[in-house]
Amino acid sequence: MNMAIVSDIFTIAAVSAGAFFFLAGTVGLLRFPDVLTRLHALTKADNLGLGLVVLGLLPRTDGLLSALKLISIWLLVLLGGGIITQLIATSARRGGPPE
Amino acid sequence: MTTATAFNLGLAVLVMVLACWTVLARGAFAATVGFVAYGLLLAFIWIRLGAVDVALTEAAIGGGLSGVLMLGAAARLRASEALIAAETIAAGRRLWAAALSAVTALALVTSVLLLPDPAPTLAPAAAENAAATTLGNPVTNVLMAFRALDTMLEKVVLLLALVGVWSLGPDRFWGGRLGPRHRVDPEGMLVFLAQLLPPAGVVVGIYVFWVGANAPGGAFQGGTILAAMWLLAMMAGLTDTPPSGSRRARLVLVAGPSAFLIVGLGGLWLGEAFLAYPLAYAKALILGIEFAMVPTIAVTLGLLLAGPPDRSAQS
Repeated sequence: MNMAIVSDIFTIAAVSAGAFFFLAGTVGLLRFPDVLTRLHALTKADNLGLGLVVLGLLPRTDGLLSALKLISIWLLVLLGGGIITQLIATSARRGGPPE
Repeated sequence: MTTATAFNLGLAVLVMVLACWTVLARGAFAATVGFVAYGLLLAFIWIRLGAVDVALTEAAIGGGLSGVLMLGAAARLRASEALIAAETIAAGRRLWAAALSAVTALALVTSVLLLPDPAPTLAPAAAENAAATTLGNPVTNVLMAFRALDTMLEKVVLLLALVGVWSLGPDRFWGGRLGPRHRVDPEGMLVFLAQLLPPAGVVVGIYVFWVGANAPGGAFQGGTILAAMWLLAMMAGLTDTPPSGSRRARLVLVAGPSAFLIVGLGGLWLGEAFLAYPLAYAKALILGIEFAMVPTIAVTLGLLLAGPPDRSAQS
């Protein structure tokens, strides 16, 4: 087995696993009973789902710079997603959504 | 049907459904959230069409900044929303509105269907002369060289929009600080984000501007990212909005269009026409204008969202 096939299998496996986490996160968002548990499901999609997709795409990049860009996108989403979830949760505990 | 076609079709249907949902949504807040998601999906469609520059702008302006503007409007309207919902519109007027919307939609559909095939385009002419500016990004070529006049006027329009927003403030606060002073928990998450994100965001903004010469990006997209970082700091209460009378802010506001105008007049004086760049210096001049434009765009967009003067200059 040559390297190209190994890298292809790695990409397919990692991106599929990422897609699975996105699916699970979406199901959780639709099925869970309240705001806090739904947020919990949503952040799993961001953290693990996107992380695995990025991991799977890393062997396909055409250089170190593109790989670093992909990783920093993941880190930014982690940061933004985590903090915005906290903000939504705080406002939900205080008095529900603004409507 | 290939996977790509199925994906495109699914995306198109999703955008249509979301658009209908946004129009039909009951509350202003829900409609705004729908609109932001719609803007992001639209950006995705532009990527599928290979128009990455448009996608960047759509995501930043259509999804991001317009979304924040509308969230502010929705928050202001919250008190009167029950009143508006309770109001009933006469059946006749509803019918007229429906007829007008249907005629508009029909006119749009027919004009799209009646487009000649192949559609008239200047793309080959633009591609043929792309080498003149030595810029690698054809969109920047069109925006900054072939249709530079449009781009310049666009920046002037942004400035006029800001004048419009400022004129909504009461007379006694003219020259005062813009919008409310945001007060949030100094130990809270928003402050943490506003301290952590801008250093990275500023680098990304400048990078997006800089690669615009040869890859998707440019002054507008980069400036929008910088504006977002500034807004984040303002919303977290880490910095206050400048007074509308601030000379420094006003200088930054006019710097970009002035640089554009000076280069344009230089073309009239030295070259053949208004905004005609000497070929040898075309790239340097274009990058120079864009460089002057980035702070102007960032400050204009930031102040557009900050709102009209709302306090005295001292408070």
